[in-house]
Amino acid sequence: MAGSTPASATASPGGGAGPLAGGRKPVSNSPWAEAWRRFKRHRLAFFSLWLLGILSLMVLLGPMFYKVGINDIDFTARLSGPSATHPLGTDDLGRDLLARMLYGGRISLAVGLAAMLTGIVIGVIIGAIAGISRGWVDAALMWLTDLFLSLPQLPLLLLLIFFFRDSLKSVFGPEIGIFLLIVLVIGGLSWMPVARLVRAQFFSLREKEFVEAARALGASTQRQVVRHILPNALGPVIVAATINVAAAIISESTLSFLGLGFPPDIPTWGRILNDSRDYMELALHWALFPGMAIFVAVLTINFIGDGLRDALDPRRVL
Amino acid sequence: MGTFILRRLLLAIPSLLGISLVLFTVLALAPGDPFEELATNPNVPPEVRMALRAQLGLDDPVWQRYIHWLTSMLKGDWGFSFISRIDVDQLIAQRVPVTLAVIGMSQLVALLIALPVGILAAVRPYSWFDRIASTLSFVGFSLPTFFTGLLFILFFSIYLGWFPFVFRSDLSETGFAWWVAQFKQSIMPIMVLALFQAASWMRYVRSSVLDVVRLDYVTTARSKGLKERVVIVKHVVRNALIPVVTLVALQMPGVFGGAIITEQIFRIPGIGSLLIDSIQRNDTPVIMAVTFVFAGLVILFNLLADILYGWLDPRISYR
Repeated sequence: MAGSTPASATASPGGGAGPLAGGRKPVSNSPWAEAWRRFKRHRLAFFSLWLLGILSLMVLLGPMFYKVGINDIDFTARLSGPSATHPLGTDDLGRDLLARMLYGGRISLAVGLAAMLTGIVIGVIIGAIAGISRGWVDAALMWLTDLFLSLPQLPLLLLLIFFFRDSLKSVFGPEIGIFLLIVLVIGGLSWMPVARLVRAQFFSLREKEFVEAARALGASTQRQVVRHILPNALGPVIVAATINVAAAIISESTLSFLGLGFPPDIPTWGRILNDSRDYMELALHWALFPGMAIFVAVLTINFIGDGLRDALDPRRVL
Repeated sequence: MGTFILRRLLLAIPSLLGISLVLFTVLALAPGDPFEELATNPNVPPEVRMALRAQLGLDDPVWQRYIHWLTSMLKGDWGFSFISRIDVDQLIAQRVPVTLAVIGMSQLVALLIALPVGILAAVRPYSWFDRIASTLSFVGFSLPTFFTGLLFILFFSIYLGWFPFVFRSDLSETGFAWWVAQFKQSIMPIMVLALFQAASWMRYVRSSVLDVVRLDYVTTARSKGLKERVVIVKHVVRNALIPVVTLVALQMPGVFGGAIITEQIFRIPGIGSLLIDSIQRNDTPVIMAVTFVFAGLVILFNLLADILYGWLDPRISYR
């Protein structure tokens, strides 16, 4: 055990620093409060958090207050621009765009979150297994990860959805079936960077003194991983998760935009944008609003990810 | 160097096999029967259908079908497109050059934007230029390519009327006028892809240059009295580019994804729009072949990046 000597050497000044740190008035005691303090320093990220919060609230609660059907057809108000009756205008069938955007936003954000969760869970599991077990298991899992990394994502997404949408639709119904399929497929093709990240974190963390201390106390591998290594590897994973939400929203909009996402009667942001293409000269607002919604959601999430990166990296002095 | 390239080539084979296995699994798991149309056709008796199935090997075990499929793919027998009435490999051969031209040009433009901007931003970190460039790069890669494409069409084609928004492969002009027309119709798709790529590469270049700039050898170069320009261009950038090459290669799958979207928006006759068209028309042989070509291209570019990496960084041993 080469690491045992430095472990004790660093332990004693650490113990001495206790009262010293106590003498300086502690700003906060939990690492999460500290991270929050750092996060607030990143002004763009903080502002983005608010903006995204407002957007999510609107999408979540909006339909309760704005009771216009997403499929109410009104031919007298075809392709009309923003007005008092239709705040975001209407499409070619005179359907209210605000109602459709609110509804679509729910789906887009839900797909983003669910696909992120799928990807993170797969990535963390594969990365953790590879990181804790050396030898051929690690080699095989990393080969698999590299293989998935060199798969052409979008063609494969299109292929999978093209092949499987009908059967899932018949089992779970059009809405849930497509939702499950899109979430699984996007999540199943986005875990690779997370797996690599977690593996790298595990490689450095499992040699650290505190893990060695736990091992010396007789902690099982499972306990070492769950109690000691994983919580410390969480920071970069959270950042990756944030970025993955943005990527998943873009993927879903891309699929809907290419006509392979949700069925036409379910208006996601990408779908609305796709429908608007043929009427761009006549109804600019129709393309602009969903496009802006995707853009704002993705941009704010990316900024939040950037802020989290700064906040969760303890080596960074802010 | 020769053995290094050879080794890399050999390492690409298992990846290609793995990808082919993934693709074939998707195909094999997919519900739906290629004989669905024959089954519903009353003129085809069931016995004929069964005989056809047996003859085409559809009832063989999965691994036999995989080997069969793989060997015929390797022999260049990629099947026949029932929709376009042409062999799949011919169809793809017609389309690939367009895609590669658009992607290649856009990557070049992206590098021409990302390199200087990234280096300048890193040389003066947290300056106004850096802040604006970094914010713009966030905006750049948060704007989905399909939305930028639509905005470009809206502004440059419809509002300003500068460029056509439908790509034509049969331009009537000849000589210099052909080049002008080609430039006018390609500039928008190339820029859409290039701006998106440049936005994310700029960040890589910036952080990579920032890492290198504080190394000791850079201080040495400065204290030798070299001009700042020489220090940055000759000493810093060369080393900073090494990790960027890997990141660029890792992004290739995404680049091809972006190409599919731009080809679809601007109606460029490349393999991306071929993929979408064949999906919409249920043309399975073409879909499989195009996906495989995309996978092959991704592996090819990873290979190139590996070789470039070895060339840029003499510390990599050619084992």
